[in-house]
Amino acid sequence: MKLAFTDSHPEGIEAPYQVAITGLGVVSSIGTGKEAFWDGLLKSENPSPTRLVEDFDPSNWMSVKEARRADRFNQFGVAAAQLAIDDAGPLEVDPARAGVWMGTGVGGLTTLEGQVLLAHERGPDRVTPFLVPMMMANSNAATISMRFGFTNVCQTTCTACAAGTHAIENAARLIASGRATVMLAGGSEVATTITAQAGFANMTAASTTGISRPFDVDRDGFIMAEAAGVVVLEELGHALARGAHIYAIVAGAGSNADAHHITAPAPHGVGAAVCMELALTDAGITADEVGHINAHGTSTQLNDRSEAEAIEKVFGDRQVPVTSLKGALGHGLGAAGAIEAIGACLTFENNLIPPTANTKNVDPEIHIEVVTGSPRPLPEGVIISNSFGFGGHNGTLVLKRHEG
Amino acid sequence: MDDAQAFEQFKQCTVKVLGVSPEQVTMEASFAEDLDADSLDIVELVMELEDSFGIKVEESELEGVNTVGAAYELVKGKLA
Repeated sequence: MKLAFTDSHPEGIEAPYQVAITGLGVVSSIGTGKEAFWDGLLKSENPSPTRLVEDFDPSNWMSVKEARRADRFNQFGVAAAQLAIDDAGPLEVDPARAGVWMGTGVGGLTTLEGQVLLAHERGPDRVTPFLVPMMMANSNAATISMRFGFTNVCQTTCTACAAGTHAIENAARLIASGRATVMLAGGSEVATTITAQAGFANMTAASTTGISRPFDVDRDGFIMAEAAGVVVLEELGHALARGAHIYAIVAGAGSNADAHHITAPAPHGVGAAVCMELALTDAGITADEVGHINAHGTSTQLNDRSEAEAIEKVFGDRQVPVTSLKGALGHGLGAAGAIEAIGACLTFENNLIPPTANTKNVDPEIHIEVVTGSPRPLPEGVIISNSFGFGGHNGTLVLKRHEG
Repeated sequence: MDDAQAFEQFKQCTVKVLGVSPEQVTMEASFAEDLDADSLDIVELVMELEDSFGIKVEESELEGVNTVGAAYELVKGKLA
């Protein structure tokens, strides 16, 4: 990652520290924990019309009282954080050098929706005194910091479907610049309420056939998922000194805005293309060094076409294998970038690119190399992971192997 | 409703809201010291008790109510 871009160093001044990913925690409809999650990603189809985590039991992760005080999105995020910490092993870090950076699209929507009904039906004096701490978008990062006693930076990024990616970027920069040694970073989302579902359906972003099939000619929208993903980011030297397993290095990241439309991507994916280029510059590499693209690929008409155009613009005629994990996972909104970054780490780990589940006939208007059907061996090179959010928020992570 | 029934109902509300075990809900138990309840927890417990017993408790009546016994007496006094 670059620390700064200056007149005398337009190519960027290298940040003093490298950022390793040393722990993975995931809660998703296809599995909780990295093993079940990976198994689910390898399937060629996921015919389920919903992506809910039916078997999630908060009492596995917190006391009865804590669970009553935490919205479901917060419970998910805490579970993912605990899984990531457990996966990373003993961190041996000064709590003042450890922080939390989470992303979410909306925060505690389930609680808010329930309490709105209660207030209207039974009067405002029935509204729980915990409404505010349960609904606020930053509640998850706050709860995680309290759980582990981490007192470094604790913030929340709220950039819709790019939030998970941006949270990881922001946290990684704190470590790269020496402000923190360890960060728990990721995203959590449970926005599958009747009202939010209707909002997406009525704007025709949600699939009416109930099939998530990114880049397919028959795609007709996304399937909303509830999910959470958290990674342990750690200064590389610290990780090596304690003998940690290193999944990947966060080599660079990009973030920009379309400044175009509140829901539609910029025509021809021009903003997304710039975002990928910013990320490559931040990593100090060229597009030729990318071996695989973990796409945003939501299964909407607009996203998939403009993202494909953006990829074409950045990579030219070179065909880089692209997969969208949203065929399997659905769209986890603010959690999506985090669980997909975890998918990319596991792609390195297993040397396999998961297929874009459910996609059978790639749209002839889309001229990129989409991995479908069965997993494919991972070529040499870095992996980039894209996320694009309503509002025109773009985010790209560059992940590379640790050659140690 | 006799006294034992009423206290059992009170206990169930307390267990549900505060996440404590039934054995902890004794007359002598202090909300803050023994049941780890802060002021927001008490507000939520009162709302649960109001619903469960069909009563209304004013905020001013909670002044000095620090133990299970004191809270139960307050509730019992409102049962017709």
